[in-house]
Amino acid sequence: MLNYIWSGMILVAFIIAAFSGKLEQTTQAAIDSAGTAVQMAIGLLGVMCLWTGLMNIADQSGLIKVIARFLKPVTKLLFPQIHPSSSAMGAIVLNMVANMMGLSNAATPLGLKAIKELQKLNQEKDTASNAMCMFVVINTASIQFIPATVIAVRSSAGSNNPFEIIATVWITSICAILVGVTAAKILQGKERNLRQYSMRRYAKYRKAG
Amino acid sequence: MDFIKLISSLAIPAMFFLILSYGLAKDVKVYDCFIEGAKDGIDTIVRILPPLVGLLVAVGVFRASGALELITYGLKPIISVLRMPPEVLPLALMRPISGSASLAIVADLVKTHGPDSFIGRVTSTMMGSTETTFYTIAVYFGSVGIKNVRHTIAAALLADLTGIIASIWVCGMVFGWN
Repeated sequence: MLNYIWSGMILVAFIIAAFSGKLEQTTQAAIDSAGTAVQMAIGLLGVMCLWTGLMNIADQSGLIKVIARFLKPVTKLLFPQIHPSSSAMGAIVLNMVANMMGLSNAATPLGLKAIKELQKLNQEKDTASNAMCMFVVINTASIQFIPATVIAVRSSAGSNNPFEIIATVWITSICAILVGVTAAKILQGKERNLRQYSMRRYAKYRKAG
Repeated sequence: MDFIKLISSLAIPAMFFLILSYGLAKDVKVYDCFIEGAKDGIDTIVRILPPLVGLLVAVGVFRASGALELITYGLKPIISVLRMPPEVLPLALMRPISGSASLAIVADLVKTHGPDSFIGRVTSTMMGSTETTFYTIAVYFGSVGIKNVRHTIAAALLADLTGIIASIWVCGMVFGWN
């Protein structure tokens, strides 16, 4: 998909530039932006290293597992079908905590393990179960304690207070997650009823036949 | 609203304190551990540099040519209801599709308008509070061969839309609307 968006943006830009007589500025923007990208990456480097270093300590000391224990009541509510002490639930909780700590390198393998475990419990192998949908919806929402990349971008752009957006990020994330989880719960309920309904009809049909 | 700003400024010191003291309590060699982890930061940056160059160039030419103005002009009725600054619209459209493209847009907006402007704060909040929805869905379901994802996309996009709208209004209420 990105192949089309990326090339489309550049092609459309140059066509419009040709019509509006902004070809020179547009060419200049291409050259400048490439330089900006490198400057930005260098600006991000320091904060990223600081953060991944700190998070490695959290990982190695077992702090992640301690936080995971506090999350148990929440995960029970989100995944009522999954046994709280199963390995599926273990992977789900660790994935959520890794996401919160911004450990994306650790979160993805844990997430892949979680979805594999959920697939083992899944009845229809090509259709997502309720638990799988809920798990992926939570992963498509962001739940970071510290949005390190954004802070790095802000500080490299010379912000007076790069951290001032931390709390607004939290509030916004909570709103988004609540809506996502609620939507998933409501939609899954409807679909389950539909399936039961269709199964009842099928049973009736078989009896009649 | 001052309380919210206070939380923001305490979050990082609190993380340092918690992580370091817990590490020391558990007899972890915290400094060695830090150095080892910091190397991952370099890998991350090296990995995002090539897409960042490609996508920042695309964003840059798109804006310089005036194409961006055309799109935001067309969508003005919708975004004015949401009180969304028109400059932020490309980020809202790109966020669920590509993480590095969104980062490129954020970098561009923060640099052009200033990180401490309303636009700078809204883009930062939006970027920090949402994820690359389609990529996540593809990776996770793809890894176990699920074809019917049922209500996942609907619920995830609803969450994204909420995040986009909320980031504007939360910033407006906490930092003021300009």
